[in-house]
Amino acid sequence: MARLTDANVSLAREMIGRYPKPKSALIPLLHLAQEQDGYVTTEAMTHIAELVGVTPAEVLGTATFYEMFKFEPVGKYLINICQTMSCALMGADELIHHAEQRLGVTAGGTTADGLFTVAHAECQAACTEAPCLQVNYRFRYRVTPDALDALIDDLQAGHLDGEIPPHGTLQRTRQHIPADRAVGAVAPETVTTPPAWVPPAPPPAEATA
Amino acid sequence: MSVGTPIAHAAGFIAGDRPEIVTARFQYEDAYTLERFLATEGYEGLRAALAKTPQQIHDDVKSATVLGRGGAGFPAGVKWGLTPQGVWPRYLVVNGDESEPGTYKDRLLMELDPHQLIEGCLIACYAAGLSQCFLYVRGEMALAQERIAVALNEAYAAGYVGKNILGTDFSVDIVLQWGAGAYVVGEETALIESLEGNRGMPRLKPPFFPAAIGLYGKPTIVNNVETLCNLPWLARKGPAAYTAIGTETSPGTRMVAVSGHVRRPGVFEIVNGTTTFRDLIYGDEFSQGIRDGSELKAFVPGGGSAPWFLPDQLDLPFEGKLVGAAGSMLGSGAIMVMDDQTDIPYAALTLARFYAHESCGKCTPCREGGTWLARILERVIDGHGAPEDLDLLLEVGESICPGAFPHAASERLGLEAVPFPYKMTTICFVGPSAYAPIHSALTLFRDEFEAKIRPRTRIPVVAAAVAGGGS
Repeated sequence: MARLTDANVSLAREMIGRYPKPKSALIPLLHLAQEQDGYVTTEAMTHIAELVGVTPAEVLGTATFYEMFKFEPVGKYLINICQTMSCALMGADELIHHAEQRLGVTAGGTTADGLFTVAHAECQAACTEAPCLQVNYRFRYRVTPDALDALIDDLQAGHLDGEIPPHGTLQRTRQHIPADRAVGAVAPETVTTPPAWVPPAPPPAEATA
Repeated sequence: MSVGTPIAHAAGFIAGDRPEIVTARFQYEDAYTLERFLATEGYEGLRAALAKTPQQIHDDVKSATVLGRGGAGFPAGVKWGLTPQGVWPRYLVVNGDESEPGTYKDRLLMELDPHQLIEGCLIACYAAGLSQCFLYVRGEMALAQERIAVALNEAYAAGYVGKNILGTDFSVDIVLQWGAGAYVVGEETALIESLEGNRGMPRLKPPFFPAAIGLYGKPTIVNNVETLCNLPWLARKGPAAYTAIGTETSPGTRMVAVSGHVRRPGVFEIVNGTTTFRDLIYGDEFSQGIRDGSELKAFVPGGGSAPWFLPDQLDLPFEGKLVGAAGSMLGSGAIMVMDDQTDIPYAALTLARFYAHESCGKCTPCREGGTWLARILERVIDGHGAPEDLDLLLEVGESICPGAFPHAASERLGLEAVPFPYKMTTICFVGPSAYAPIHSALTLFRDEFEAKIRPRTRIPVVAAAVAGGGS
């Protein structure tokens, strides 16, 4: 189950087709693999390499640069607590400590039931709403320790299943470019003329002199 | 509305009785739908643009002096003109990788009004002859990605994006791209590397100025989300209406986030160039002063990378050149406020740690230096620092930024300002950004660092006779 499923292969082919060069699809494809399995497996990376036409090493090289890709299973819910300045000024340390106490893990760890991973995170672009956190990249603002407890209770009870999908899923609606509306991606080397709506440039000055 | 209206579905945004160029639709809970967008002059800017020649629209953007809102403040119209003549294709890459500490504006624009951004992209592509657009959204922003995906699907179906837009010969695809967690990818050449499917490490400039050699080696315009969101309004109302707001050097509005120890943290669309930091931090319509009746100690005026300001600088307007001369930068419109209870060395650490963590590792001074800075500062804060550690911090900083580093003036300390910018030994700004908070904190509050260093007791070493030793 670690290679991409047939349905995901057709999604992958659609994505690759949008770019002038296939390798540009790498990051979206790695997200697709993570959505399928909850983390990025070696088999999925090999499969992606085949689809894109690069080596598995190149896929690994790209994947390991980015924080969001996990190469081992994480909890169903990844709780990222921001610790950068605005959140730190507003009590992030206390919040992280509280999460560790409540879940019985240290930051970076996963609970024994596989439900939660707690992690430190860097600035999440919600600085006026400090301290903030994300559960599977869905925001919670001005989080107090009590609010964090309530959030964990709700997640455990499944009350937020509709809002927060398991780790790996980002967009629940994907972009789809209808064939009859698509301009289509073109290999950059093959384009030598301006696009249709741009009037041709006047001839160079020396030619008219 | 005179003191500002918080809007529940736009967490943090506070509307006011001020000109609204990019946030006018935030009041509607369904602002992100095509239906609401079309009911509120949506895609009218695109129609207005298509009625002119690309050159006319380009000239409008130039004469309106639309400054880049991503951090550098470079005029968008000038940037578009830097592509080499006769080289095709040309691309638009939208920088939606907002992640500078303190910055919160592009995410709101993407989540709440994605069609406005799409319309801005279309106008830019039309004016600058860009034949494909990649809209790069930060990986951690799931809702922004989702809203843009839905908006693009709607816009394609309705004929606003894709082949022969609104029945003209203007055709452009907009492709949603999303990242996977790397601050440095907000740097434009790193963004391009990432979009090519590589590790997001910055390229050396020169020669890799994106306008000349960008995506796939072709001319590429990289514009910030907020910058592009200005274009539909500008196309509808014209450059004269745009420059009527703000000042000559900084026309229009800007989105600014005020966070930290203020009574009312918030995101505001402000009149560019005239609003002062005092207005923003203390004004009734803005953040309403320091929390719990405390006093202001210091503030970061332009995102985590910016040197810090003191109460001395409160009356400066939010204007790039003046703030630069005063020793800092406006950056990405992010003010972080520290009250008099703030542990300054620790506050500096929360930023230094960020940049050390986010170093991509390409340049040694940043990869090693950033980590050193954070670790030395950590040990000082933990009470394990030696007196020479403070000068060591400055020495490591100088290996990243040789020479005088910008800082604010201080009457209390008898300090004159050192103006922006700085010299750097790294390709991009991540390295210097690790040093900026430490340099500011150490220059303006050195006593707080010294107080954390305990004098060390020297344990006398006494030679003892060893029993049974040979004679």
